[in-house]
Amino acid sequence: MDYTLGQKQIEGIEKILQEDLFDIGVFSVFLVDRAGNVIADLDNGKLDHDIYSLAALAAGNFGAVSAMANIVGEDEFSLLFHQGTKANIHFSKVMTEFLLVTIFGKEVSLGFLRLKVAEASEKIAKILERID
Amino acid sequence: MAFVNLKKKLVQVKIVYYGPGRGGKTTNLEFIYNKIKDRINKEMVTIKTHGDRTLFFDFLPFDIGKIKGYDIKVQLYTVPGQVKYDATRRLVLRGVDGVVFVADSMSVRREQNIISLKNLQKNLSTYKKSIFKIPLVLQYNKRDLSEQGIPLLPIETLEKDLNSQLKVPSFEASALTGDNVFATLKRATSVTMASLQKKLK
Repeated sequence: MDYTLGQKQIEGIEKILQEDLFDIGVFSVFLVDRAGNVIADLDNGKLDHDIYSLAALAAGNFGAVSAMANIVGEDEFSLLFHQGTKANIHFSKVMTEFLLVTIFGKEVSLGFLRLKVAEASEKIAKILERID
Repeated sequence: MAFVNLKKKLVQVKIVYYGPGRGGKTTNLEFIYNKIKDRINKEMVTIKTHGDRTLFFDFLPFDIGKIKGYDIKVQLYTVPGQVKYDATRRLVLRGVDGVVFVADSMSVRREQNIISLKNLQKNLSTYKKSIFKIPLVLQYNKRDLSEQGIPLLPIETLEKDLNSQLKVPSFEASALTGDNVFATLKRATSVTMASLQKKLK
């Protein structure tokens, strides 16, 4: 499934990432597809991440965890989250082909983030449903 | 699957280096990385065992410049070649746009090449892709070993084993010395881009 996103769609997605996630204080947020391509990304400029490597690893990580879930008899795990001392990473599936990855610190609680991610994912899904 | 970002005028394509274990997939990427690392100023991602066998994948993003006003970003991946890592290979193949099959020219690896190529065909089919249609380039690696007296498969044998039905471009190469590493990559990129341009029309 090859796909193309137009300017309006990308801007729509970036607006959702900005308002729902970035504005609550996360370090960075990016939307990737499960092949590892970066669709949209926002970061606060303080962290110098290699976004393309992160995206490839995020997709690989998510794919591996999904395969493990199937082996143990689950459709998927509802929470995929890695906790660090200064930064944490949260993964969330958007439809079947996309992942929302959020990097955040102690200032944002996981529960609140999961709520905002769920809201953002629904809004993004509406935009992505309309792509070619 | 290729991703076209009309806002940033950017196309991202995924090329996977596939082949039997110890065939030279990672060495190909390492050679490419060593040549371009001053330009890109980034580390290559490698996830491997203590024994230097690829465990998950290697990853190297590679900008090839502009085509028709679009920046083309090629994402190079390798898969782990050992037979037991089949599930991982399948995972890394997700969304693949083009494949470089790195065959091991050593005579003792003849069967492994064939098994690996059949494995590629099987794993591509789980994503409803056909090995006969996907942009594919063959690389017959380790040709430098003939100088050390190690028995190598003649090119005719490799072509007959691996390319008699596919009939795709093939290159004799040495990933260790770099011979034809970039030529293989350039050809793989151009067949991938050609296929993508056809689809976009």
